[in-house]
Amino acid sequence: MKRLPEVDAVIVGGGWTGLLMAHQLASRTSMSVVVLERGAPRKTRDYLDTMDELDYAIRLRMMQDISKETVTFRHSERGRALPVRQYGSFLPGAGVGGAGEHWSGISYRYVPDSFDLLTKTKEKYGAKRLPEDHAIQDWGVSYAELEPHYTRTERLMGISGKAGNLNGKLIEGGNIFEGPRSEEYPTPPMKMPYLAALFRDASKSLGYHPYPLPAATTSQPYTNPDGVSRAGCSYCGYCERYGCMIGAKSQPTNTLIPLLAKRKNFTLRPGCWVRRVTVEGGQARGVTCIDASGEEVFQPAGIVFLASWTLNNTRLLMLSKVPDPHQNLGRNLTHQISIPAATVFTEKPLNRFMGAGSAGIAMNDFDADVFDHSNVPFLRGGHIYTVCYGFRPMANFGVMPPSRKAQWGSAWKKAALDAYDRTGRISFYGEHLAYKGNFMDLDPVYKDAQGDPLLRLTLDWRDNERNMAKFMAEKATGIARAMGAREITPFPGLKSYDATRYQSTHIQGGAIMGASPATSVVNSYLQHWSANNLFVIGSSAFPQNPSGNPTLTAMALTYRAADAIVERYVKKPGSLV
Amino acid sequence: MKRRHFLTLSAASVGGALVYTLDRRPYVVSAQDKPVRVPLRFFTETEALDVAAAVARIFPSDESGPGANEAGVVVYVDRQLAGPYGRDRYRYTQGPFESGIPEQGYQGKATPREIYREGVKKIAGLSKLAPVEQDAALKQIETTSFFTLMRTHTIEGMFCDPMHGGNIGMIGWQLIGFPGPRMTYFEDVDSHYGNPFRPKPQSLRQVVGRPVKPSEDEA
Repeated sequence: MKRLPEVDAVIVGGGWTGLLMAHQLASRTSMSVVVLERGAPRKTRDYLDTMDELDYAIRLRMMQDISKETVTFRHSERGRALPVRQYGSFLPGAGVGGAGEHWSGISYRYVPDSFDLLTKTKEKYGAKRLPEDHAIQDWGVSYAELEPHYTRTERLMGISGKAGNLNGKLIEGGNIFEGPRSEEYPTPPMKMPYLAALFRDASKSLGYHPYPLPAATTSQPYTNPDGVSRAGCSYCGYCERYGCMIGAKSQPTNTLIPLLAKRKNFTLRPGCWVRRVTVEGGQARGVTCIDASGEEVFQPAGIVFLASWTLNNTRLLMLSKVPDPHQNLGRNLTHQISIPAATVFTEKPLNRFMGAGSAGIAMNDFDADVFDHSNVPFLRGGHIYTVCYGFRPMANFGVMPPSRKAQWGSAWKKAALDAYDRTGRISFYGEHLAYKGNFMDLDPVYKDAQGDPLLRLTLDWRDNERNMAKFMAEKATGIARAMGAREITPFPGLKSYDATRYQSTHIQGGAIMGASPATSVVNSYLQHWSANNLFVIGSSAFPQNPSGNPTLTAMALTYRAADAIVERYVKKPGSLV
Repeated sequence: MKRRHFLTLSAASVGGALVYTLDRRPYVVSAQDKPVRVPLRFFTETEALDVAAAVARIFPSDESGPGANEAGVVVYVDRQLAGPYGRDRYRYTQGPFESGIPEQGYQGKATPREIYREGVKKIAGLSKLAPVEQDAALKQIETTSFFTLMRTHTIEGMFCDPMHGGNIGMIGWQLIGFPGPRMTYFEDVDSHYGNPFRPKPQSLRQVVGRPVKPSEDEA
């Protein structure tokens, strides 16, 4: 096998976290940094051609090539895992920028107590309230430690929004249930499409606290502290599953690549599919990949970073047999409760083709532990929201009010035409707790295009999720009524995990962080406990899902790790804790 | 050599449509033209007529507006089946193939092409029946995967960008008030609350000012 010249750092995956780490290292040190990305290069101007629902939102051009690699899935160890043959419940991105190109841009911080979930829950409700099979644990890092890095991320991306808690002072119109933030959002909230305005007025009338979604689809032109300028959002409605044609949605290609392109010590190598990381004698030595020409090569490196998204990070560690003495690898697989809590059929047309992936409104009156759980049959919560992401006709034509039963023919057509621009969704994103029975390992039967075993997901909902979904669907239905809906379809209930229904691409766990090697794969600096020059970054490190969208937290953890590497590790390699 | 099949469309019903010649050069039909013979990429002429009849019952032309016939849905389906989608380029197709639970999704070996080739046999002669009889025949197969797929493709063919062969003259978009791709709604997104805002539809080709290569023309 060909051996390439050694570099100081190799990063597997050219998405948000990989390129952020690359930028931190390349701009703050003289290290040579190579990013290996499986997919193709991309530029903002390529995205003009992407405003096509069929090729992008249905044929999913921006996603990983599922014909080459997928996962297998079963509900429990008793079930038989079969491949997810076409994309359904989540959409992994490929190509430079990764899923950070096709994301919606909803940019939450997690609430403070989610980082000490085990400790806080036990304190308040006692250990006996924890689900029988749970694997909940603390993160090994606190909200206070992450706060400055959240702020840096918001400034990097120019997040639009309204603070609800500025240094402890609650501000009406923002999310008053958020943790204290040190600064207001860098740009003002986005404009409010009609459906979101209906939700705002209805939820306010019920005494709730709605606020504009924190948005990476920036509301106005913005120049970030690195000097990168981006346009303001035009509300064209082509965000989620698309790349932004004007660069208003913060994406790695318009936020980080412009800076990296100027660095002589940075190299981006698209088309490189990494198959193994080599760890010998407690040190990572480099990675083996199939390069763009199809040749298998070894890239030696002083420090190895895995930043290839939750599932790929976990699978690479497994395929590479990286030492895992306490058998923590693969555990704490979580997704997210993501349901259309109430579908609303309005009297008036909504003009829903206008919008943006993060233009909308949410309320967190039932988030986390902001309400008392003593008398409800579940722990934790989430946010009820509506996002006006740009209604797509192929995906939405034929969503029918409950009174209409026809599925084709004249009666169906007439009813569907009538409902088409009068259909809105109130959604719910809820926390997914970790359970021992939800985990990842390598599939014994199915293989990828290279002949390597696929990752196997063992995943199902528990009563905590089902009960929470039911409770929230009732609350959402109450808001739908207050919106003056002429008909409402409440969510029918969460049954078994369904790999065919899109939920979100927010999958966490597998290489979780923690305070001790006995219970985690990486420390709070995302440094592998078994090899101090191996870092595993991204939401693979999250011990459980705390309801909100994960990107901001993954980025904040990356900034924190980068500081420790630049300020301490480079000078004196070793454990950072 | 394989016999080339054509589907004959009345120019009056598809005036202004973008079709493709045998060598796949774009060609715009005007309402004054003679009937156009669209070269078929996958279906035989008989199959195309039966599928056209089926999709026209799923999404009929009636008092609520034009339907699958005017939008050219069958042309859309033909191109999709001939292209990478039809041969399952977008699916993990390694075996073994086992039957699973619904939450694991479609586990079959049959490609969309194969599902159609088999399915269309069950509606052979449909194009020659009266609408009531066509509905009765479709009722017999409405729970099959062939029908489900055809229903999905009907919606896609009604509302796709015209470059994919359906939504001829953006007739589907006009029907639902969807303007297609557009550069900006900055001034409009928070105006028009509760009132219909219906800008004139534009195709992707019109917005970007040049042809865009659709996935069905890729390898």
